[in-house]
Amino acid sequence: MSTFYFIAFLSIFFSILVITARNPVHSILYLILTFFTFTIHYILMNAQFLAIVNFIVYMGAILVLFLYTLMLINLNKESEPRKSNLVKIAGFIGGACFLITIVAALKAFKMSDSVVTQNNDLGLVKNLGKILFNEFLLPFEISSVLLLSAMVGAVLLATKDPKAA
Amino acid sequence: MGTAEIIIKIVLVVIVFAISLVIAMYSTYAERKIAAFLQDRVGPNRAGPWGILQPLADGGKMFLKEEIIPTNANTFLFIAGPSLAIMTACIGSAVIPWGQKLTIGSYTFDLQIADINVGILYIFGVVSLGVYGIMIGGWASNNKYSLLGAIRAASQNISYEIAMGLSIIALLMTTGTLSLGHIAAQQHGFWNGHYFSWNVFSQPLGFLIFLVCAFAETNRSPFDLPECETELVGGYHTEYSSMKLGFYLFAEYINMFVSSAVMATLYFGGYNFPFMDLIHSQNLVTILGTVFLFGKVFLFIFFFMWVRWTIPRFRYDQLMDLGWKVLIPLAIANIIITGVVMQFIK
Repeated sequence: MSTFYFIAFLSIFFSILVITARNPVHSILYLILTFFTFTIHYILMNAQFLAIVNFIVYMGAILVLFLYTLMLINLNKESEPRKSNLVKIAGFIGGACFLITIVAALKAFKMSDSVVTQNNDLGLVKNLGKILFNEFLLPFEISSVLLLSAMVGAVLLATKDPKAA
Repeated sequence: MGTAEIIIKIVLVVIVFAISLVIAMYSTYAERKIAAFLQDRVGPNRAGPWGILQPLADGGKMFLKEEIIPTNANTFLFIAGPSLAIMTACIGSAVIPWGQKLTIGSYTFDLQIADINVGILYIFGVVSLGVYGIMIGGWASNNKYSLLGAIRAASQNISYEIAMGLSIIALLMTTGTLSLGHIAAQQHGFWNGHYFSWNVFSQPLGFLIFLVCAFAETNRSPFDLPECETELVGGYHTEYSSMKLGFYLFAEYINMFVSSAVMATLYFGGYNFPFMDLIHSQNLVTILGTVFLFGKVFLFIFFFMWVRWTIPRFRYDQLMDLGWKVLIPLAIANIIITGVVMQFIK
């Protein structure tokens, strides 16, 4: 349990650093560390497949692309748009309202007893595959169609308009 | 896990770590000797007999050279880059089965440090993490050439990771496990009574795709575009000097060693060798198996170097075309063919 609290503290600590870091590239690097702590959380819950997929897909691919884009556009203080004080105050009030809503909503929940999982081995690749392809086949296939449509859309946006050429 | 087991694991970790460093060191020597052989030269022959002490001389030189950190570079990330590169290179060897069980006295232990259920995916994760060292170092140098090298490395790694993952899927369909220990054990001997037991005979296309992707992931020629000296001065390590440069170069050789070991384990039977059932002493089989595994690894390392000094570098658009338009469709076709054949055999 103490491991969990330590890792949870690290997750929150790094995610705060993500939004307070001045340099966008530093912010992404903190985000990578945050995702790494998530991987440890998954391992603590014995969800091996989820852990390693989070590691490969989020840390290894998506954040590399984030970093790639940020390095290319090279954001820095000079090119950052100046925000007026009005916008800052509005942002602060909006954020505070959101925080109050979240806190109130969380308070309305009863603290549940600690979750008892029926099957500790659910996160192993074999069991996960069997469940995904039996019980949850339809949602699984539908989400794959969703991903496919996103891919087709991206290819369509990236290819040049044949009429314009 | 008892104390004895923990001590054995620690000793094993130290041994594997030391072996990878020594092999990486002597890979630099081998590279220069093989280059010399292929170009009809002599190669390094001054330090010690046949130049055998050359890697030590190189290491000493690297340590003693002046260390330069550019004025406008981001100091912390500039140092973090090579450190990350060498760290991600070293941790990959943890899941590779170096041999079968060895019995000394009353203790029996595995020559694999960690047999985790998702071993292949772990290797894959470490490989995908490897690009951060290059990206961070290239960006922190605050140099246009370094940045271009870093960006090239990122897009190259991501493109070839996809084809690599797809080529592994076909292998997983035939083996039915993600654990490297099980995959190595399945390829027992050389002939299982009906067919060759090594995976390369059932997955030749998958192996070819994996091999090409391994070249791209380790940034070896003909895919060494991130450090292409004809276009980018030195690529991502233009600004580096002294041991930080040494770490980048060293990481490449360790990567080469680990990916050779992975290829030998996944496709070439790992520690298995023909006629191993004729030997009855378990310890002898284990030791011979480890020797055979290292033999396979050295053959792969030699192949890496042979290709480097034979084939010219790709152009960047050709590299992308090969990755996206050739390797990925081939890998998908390989998955389909494997599935169909498996249905027929069943």
